[in-house]
Amino acid sequence: MSNLTFDLQLLNTFAALLLLSSFAMLSQRRVVTMVNLLALQGVLLGLATLLLAWRTGNGHLYVSAGVTLALKAVFLPWLLHRLIRRLGVYWDSEPLLNIAATMLVGLIVVIFAFGLAQPIAALATTSTRSSIGIAVAVVLLAFLTMITRRKAMSQVVGFLSMENGLFFGAMSATYGMPMIIELGVALDVLVAMLVLGVFFFQIREQFDSLDLHHLESLKEEK
Amino acid sequence: MTSLHWLTQFIEVLAALAAAPLFVGWINQCRAWLQNKSAPSLLQPYRGIRKLFHKDAVLATQASPLFRLAPYVVFGSMVCAAAVIPSLGTRLPFSDAADAIALVGLFATARVFMSLAAMDVGTAFGSLGARREMLVGFLAEPALLMVIFLASLIATSTSLPAISEGLATQTLALYPSLAFTGVAFVLVLLAENARIPVDNPATHLELTMIHEAMLLEYSARHLALMEWASALKLFNYACIGFALFLPWGAATGDAPALATLLASIPILGLKLLAAGSVLALIETVSAKLRIFRAPEFLATAFLFAVLGLLVHLLLGA
Repeated sequence: MSNLTFDLQLLNTFAALLLLSSFAMLSQRRVVTMVNLLALQGVLLGLATLLLAWRTGNGHLYVSAGVTLALKAVFLPWLLHRLIRRLGVYWDSEPLLNIAATMLVGLIVVIFAFGLAQPIAALATTSTRSSIGIAVAVVLLAFLTMITRRKAMSQVVGFLSMENGLFFGAMSATYGMPMIIELGVALDVLVAMLVLGVFFFQIREQFDSLDLHHLESLKEEK
Repeated sequence: MTSLHWLTQFIEVLAALAAAPLFVGWINQCRAWLQNKSAPSLLQPYRGIRKLFHKDAVLATQASPLFRLAPYVVFGSMVCAAAVIPSLGTRLPFSDAADAIALVGLFATARVFMSLAAMDVGTAFGSLGARREMLVGFLAEPALLMVIFLASLIATSTSLPAISEGLATQTLALYPSLAFTGVAFVLVLLAENARIPVDNPATHLELTMIHEAMLLEYSARHLALMEWASALKLFNYACIGFALFLPWGAATGDAPALATLLASIPILGLKLLAAGSVLALIETVSAKLRIFRAPEFLATAFLFAVLGLLVHLLLGA
């Protein structure tokens, strides 16, 4: 039934697991577990990139696999864990909707994403084009994660997961972006993360909590 | 249909009837080992059933005929299900009677009769258990159907033996979608058979019970049939799991050799041993959920099943 080669099957499995980790993140109540899931997603992404590099023989994909593993699987989760420890926000993630409803909305989002990606996949010529739908789904699910959380920490985790989805999309559509862009994006994410880390402390100092709904009103009093 | 097929069918039903209590005994034994308790004998479920058959039945004065009929219907539908599920061979003469969707319907029939009987006498516990059972059932059923739909899509048939044979004979490939639905199936199995994250099969004393609450008014042969039926249900679910996710070892093809049929019996035994210990492990490491968390648990099962379906449609794997 399935006439794909084994490495392509393995790549598809990685793609499916990536989608699963996005769902796991969406359904999580605790921010510590969300960060662990983000690390897992980074590992999956790195392994998928490595496999693709081996399959296509593209030298720069090896580099970006290395960068992905180092940055997204190790460094950023470590940084987030450190921030969580410093800020003491282990339990800090209340979804606005209940979990079951969020997951059902997530399913609809996935169906939408798969439909959205179909014409793009039809244009692409890579052998991994069928995973473009999964990449779009990961991006949209990360969006949903950000929308349904109120705390700054979980929103940042959602943001990073969205970047993972974009990276995976670029990989499946065109075997990765040019090296210089990839490095630039990686650096951007790193800097954004550092700046956000500083922001967390500022937000907490101002409002005594990381709840972003305090930021909704512009003036102190009305 | 050759005589060998009929033989397969006969042995299969007989094996299900005989081995189902043993399977429950094995799970209880593994659970006791994992929890550092001394285990009851493997044959304990048989002894319980035998003892119950020798007692005189006591019925509530208000009990309607439905109450007395229900155990036979429940037991009968479980035996029918056992006849349709390809646990030893895939060419079963009875398999034309019900495909996988009708099989889900058979389980639903048993559930409806059990719940009606529990409500019939009018005790508080009975109707409480029945309501909860229906809640769990109506959430678990779509997930189970989705699991079956995916397997049907891959094997292009809704007949369970045909699905099993199709999956067993194709070239080995990685199916992420099947892995997802496998997880969904395990979750449904736990919920439908009153295992631990959703219900505790070992207690009569808690307000949280579901399955046991429905059986409180039964005694003697009726209770024996009910207990036997629930053991059969667990056995059937395990065999559906094997048919979909571990289809190797059953006798396939139009004319299977007698040796394959004979070999399939110990293979099924081994699969059951493994499945029983895995079930016991899951039950030991997980805590009982509050009843209001059960919908979340089953929504996860549904999610896994639908994800499997979507991934299959997108990736073709």
